[in-house]
Amino acid sequence: MSEKRIVLKNCEVIDPRHITTYLTRDGFRALEKAQKEMTPEEIIEEVKASGLRGRGGAGFPCGLKWELARNAPGDEKYVICNADEGEVGTFKDRYILQNDPFTLIEGIAIAAHAIGAKQGYIYLRAEYHHLLDSLVNAIDQAKERGFLQHVDIDIREGAGAYVCGEESALMDSIEGKRGEVRYRPPFPPTKGLWGKPTIINNVETLMNIPQIILNGASWFNQIGTERSKGTKVFSVSGDVKRPGVYELVLGTRLKELVEELALAEKVKMVQVGGATGRLVPYDMIDTALSFETILGAGAITVFDQSRDVIDIVYRTMEFLAEESCGKCAPCREGTEAMVEILGRFFRSEGMEKDIRVLEELSSAMMLSSLCGLGQAAPIPVTDSLQYFRNDYENRIK
Amino acid sequence: MSKGQEGVLPQGKEQENLLVMLERAQSEFGYVPEEFIVEAAHSLNVSISEVYGVATFYSFLSTKPLGKNVIRICKSLPCYLKNSQMIIKSVEDEIGIKPGETTPDGKFSFELTNCIGACDEAPAMLINNDVHVNLTPGKISQILKSYK
Ligand SMILES: Cc1cc2nc3c(=O)[nH]c(=O)nc-3n(C[C@H](O)[C@H](O)[C@H](O)COP(=O)(O)O)c2cc1C
Ligand code: FES
Repeated sequence: MSEKRIVLKNCEVIDPRHITTYLTRDGFRALEKAQKEMTPEEIIEEVKASGLRGRGGAGFPCGLKWELARNAPGDEKYVICNADEGEVGTFKDRYILQNDPFTLIEGIAIAAHAIGAKQGYIYLRAEYHHLLDSLVNAIDQAKERGFLQHVDIDIREGAGAYVCGEESALMDSIEGKRGEVRYRPPFPPTKGLWGKPTIINNVETLMNIPQIILNGASWFNQIGTERSKGTKVFSVSGDVKRPGVYELVLGTRLKELVEELALAEKVKMVQVGGATGRLVPYDMIDTALSFETILGAGAITVFDQSRDVIDIVYRTMEFLAEESCGKCAPCREGTEAMVEILGRFFRSEGMEKDIRVLEELSSAMMLSSLCGLGQAAPIPVTDSLQYFRNDYENRIK
Repeated sequence: MSKGQEGVLPQGKEQENLLVMLERAQSEFGYVPEEFIVEAAHSLNVSISEVYGVATFYSFLSTKPLGKNVIRICKSLPCYLKNSQMIIKSVEDEIGIKPGETTPDGKFSFELTNCIGACDEAPAMLINNDVHVNLTPGKISQILKSYK
């Protein structure tokens, strides 16, 4: 298994400023097929059969989400493309938006047709304001050519808040509010934006849709592993010679990505999935990248042997404490307490009881936090305690 | 937003435009002035504390005046691995202020931020909406000079 371009098929091939270059590469043919030759139910069946799962981190089956929204009562429905890309170490959505806005627009247009939405939003993080003009231009060109008669696509910009990448906070933000996580259920497909049925999908998830429609589910679901179909776009950074974006068949081994493609040497550890991702020590570098094993949104941060694990975990926790939305106590106070304890280890002033406290805090946060941020925040701590426990023990004063 | 537009907003969606309005104020005035908050609350028919709550929640909005140009250096791990500390230090040296401060002449505000999605070209920073990548201490002075 290795590199394969499905999502990135047109990147650095077409000219993102001119729709004509996209049209010569089957551009908008999937939308045409979806509208003329398929019923919305058939589109949803195709996406379900493809096995496509969300690429934003949680891996929820895409077709199932669409079906729930399609079947939810009411005729005011929404499609949201999540372009908040806040996971530390991720830049693949930026690369996609920069190089191929048209496939994304086609994906959104197909999704809208399938669930019966007349309005779509792209939620773009403030840090990507530099991509706004090119995205607007692409939408305008698609509109001029008559591809968006059934749906309006508007861009909403974020204003600098990591938690707004979380779907319920993101909807609050579009509604003009503070981005706070909502209690669930209900879930967006039944009660989302303004209480209406809504699907939220990551940029990369939607990029897969046109090709699934054109080539069929049975083409797509032969790629990948049993429960992880298709490819994944990874963002590789840190101690590597060739940082960048790589699209690999799901199930490819971490070693191949990190050592053979990105040319890392003397690897100590890899963080897979950003701040709340897993820490993989070098002796587990053969691990396959898939939903069954490790994946997240595909942030791959490589650390060589010169790096200090405690420093890394400490900085990661500082980030999470800062970005906690503060609504629930386990996350708000748990991350703060962890920063304090990890700071002690960082200064080699750890206390005997600290390791036990970290472990207890971790399980409390995982069990009782409101959203994925607080539930996953302890992961860097528990993983480092498992694989690099000595680093902690050596720093107890 | 004019009263006319307000009338056509669907029920329950008045607040939709709040964040957009605040973002515009931020880019126009360099911050969200108090009077603007009060006005926005009136025109959208939401409470002042709600508007204030939104204006203070987002890190790219500020209720205090910022410098004409806002420098945001990425402090997240991938940039840290590529010596973002040294970039922070050179900006400090160049403009004589620390993160969280504004130069006395009001030309620059300086902040640290989390990952801006340019880790493949770390270390990186934003100045206003421009991304600057593959930074070295030697490049800082030149880059800052291009902002008037
Ligand atoms: C704290 C937090 C931050 C998130 N940030 C993002 C993000 O930046 N981009 C994204 O697509 N999903 C993000 N997610 C996941 C979304 O909540 C949601 O699952 C996703 O957008 C669904 O799209 P998908 O099914 O296509 O992956 C985040 C989740 C959490 C808990
Ligand atoms: S860590 Fe600095 S841009 Fe991503």
